[in-house]
Amino acid sequence: MEATLTREQLLDMYYYMKLTRMVEERLQRLYRQGKIVGGLYRSLGQEGESVASAYALEEGDFLAVMIRNLGALFVRGVRPWEIFTQYMGKGTSPTRGKDNIVHFGSVERGIIPPISHLGDLIPVMAGIALASKMQRKRSVALTYIGDGGTSTGAFHEGLNFAAVLKLPLIVIAEDNGYAYSTPKHKQMAIENIADRAIGYGIFGETVDGNDVIAVYQATRRAIQRAREGLGPTLLEVKTFRMRGHAEHDDAWYVPRELLEYWQKRDPILRLETYLKEHGMADETDFEAITRRIEEEIEADLQYAEQSPMPDPRIALEDVYAEAPSVLEGAPRPREHAAKTRS
Amino acid sequence: MPVLTYLEAIRQGLWEEMERDERVFLLGEDIGVYGGAFKVTEGFLERFGEERVIDTPISEAAIVGAAIGAALVGLRPVAEMQFIDFISIAFDQLTNFAAKCRYRWGAGVPIVVRGPCGGGVHGGPFHSQNVEAYFFHTPGLKIVEPATPYDAKGLIKAAIRDEDPVLYFEHKYLYRRIRGEVPEGDYIVPIGKADIKRPGRDVTILTYGWMLHKSLEAAELVAQEGIEVEVVDLRTLLPLDDETILSSVAKTGRAVIVHEDTRTGGIAGELAMRINERIFEYLEAPVVRVTAPDTPIPFSPPLEEFFLPQVEEIVQAIRWVANY
Repeated sequence: MEATLTREQLLDMYYYMKLTRMVEERLQRLYRQGKIVGGLYRSLGQEGESVASAYALEEGDFLAVMIRNLGALFVRGVRPWEIFTQYMGKGTSPTRGKDNIVHFGSVERGIIPPISHLGDLIPVMAGIALASKMQRKRSVALTYIGDGGTSTGAFHEGLNFAAVLKLPLIVIAEDNGYAYSTPKHKQMAIENIADRAIGYGIFGETVDGNDVIAVYQATRRAIQRAREGLGPTLLEVKTFRMRGHAEHDDAWYVPRELLEYWQKRDPILRLETYLKEHGMADETDFEAITRRIEEEIEADLQYAEQSPMPDPRIALEDVYAEAPSVLEGAPRPREHAAKTRS
Repeated sequence: MPVLTYLEAIRQGLWEEMERDERVFLLGEDIGVYGGAFKVTEGFLERFGEERVIDTPISEAAIVGAAIGAALVGLRPVAEMQFIDFISIAFDQLTNFAAKCRYRWGAGVPIVVRGPCGGGVHGGPFHSQNVEAYFFHTPGLKIVEPATPYDAKGLIKAAIRDEDPVLYFEHKYLYRRIRGEVPEGDYIVPIGKADIKRPGRDVTILTYGWMLHKSLEAAELVAQEGIEVEVVDLRTLLPLDDETILSSVAKTGRAVIVHEDTRTGGIAGELAMRINERIFEYLEAPVVRVTAPDTPIPFSPPLEEFFLPQVEEIVQAIRWVANY
């Protein structure tokens, strides 16, 4: 039976998608103003699949995002100030300035952060799924990988491991056309990433990634199988990256027609149309949500901008559980000898 | 006190930890039904079941990655590398994921990755390596390598209870050749503490693993010439026990560093530099090192013997610094 979404849930997803887009638009302005540290990675055009898949999870489940899954973090309860402070390297950021972008997590909130090494999250999330099984919990582990990331050894090792042990793992493979500048056909010789599932003996499915209802339902199906002990799912979502790899990249290598094609399939516009056609919402509803988001962003951004940069000495903390963790660099001649020489 | 082999001591430590804490589980290749390539985990499957003794596919990245994931949510995984050489496949998971979690987002990764290291059994270039230097350069990891059955049991227990990722290197040459007294029941050997295995006043040897035994032999030989060597067993390679290392060298004024790993970029270089920076004024002679040459480890017995540091080389190094 298909999971049905109520008007409230659909508007909820709409809120998260719009929040993602507007936070990123704001980040883009900050980037141009030189107010953020490092690069900016947008998920323009992909907000739908991130939000819908994360929205399908329940409390107690675990989620690990990649660079273009900001929307999934918002669904999990992350607030814009956390993203702004991360991008600005502020001392109040979730990582206290030690890492940037969406590279933060919290086991309590069921969020495992990514590392930049593609594929590595899949074995790690398999381990979380393994623990869930060992501890007789119902929780599932969900993570994302781009079309490019599926070329890594870690992707294969992690999926095969999870398949053999029948772990409640869901891997969402995002076919978004490009891995940096490399088009999918130079990344793999198959059309659908989900076909790889056959090789692992797991369930695979391809859905339209810009159709939030389809993504939500497919993720629900995967979650249900995972909870029933039927093992992992490789769920492919077809979407498109509407900006460059990061903001420094103007994506000149992407044919204009492709962008035009996908522009018409924008996930936010599609959901708006759906809601209007089904008499569930109209422009006033969308405007109200937009205004609410604007206010939230303003308040959070103000907090982020006023936040102090971190104390430099924080750089030495948290290498090991025991403190102090780091041997200070400067030599201290005689200190030890003076103490010990008899 | 019962006398156990080095292998039995590791086994007993693992067994007791699994009895003590149900969060502890093992995963690795052929560790269950077969009992491990070296039989360290023989009998574990029967006692603890296949949920806690997991035979995995040949996937070191997945084994270590899954251990990390399970550790993040409260379990205490002990991952076995069938030979420690294969840890290179999990290098990324260890150096980029496990080692940086606490620093980046405050999450501890209490995993142990253990496996047989070292030469002496004609395993050739891919079954005899000492991989510590690859990881020694990674803040956030801990590295231990016991040389005696007592330390082996105490360190595996400490490693399992540690809140950080610990690499536990067990020397395969010692597995069944070294015996020693091992207390029954619970004790730990603290991570981060070196041990003076032989006190002396003239020369300090800093060493670990199999080379401890060769160093003790060398110390015995030069004792007949009146040179009293203090042999420090590092036991923990990361983080190093500066206190013990520097105190000993400051006392004797002479240091020889002995390791089985190759020379360039090896741990001996770091040790020598710490001595130089901190207690240069107390040195009576240059610090010297006895290590393997900068080649892969060869297979054929005469080649391997030539490659591995020998007692005679250690003796010569001791004499050289003593008479400098």
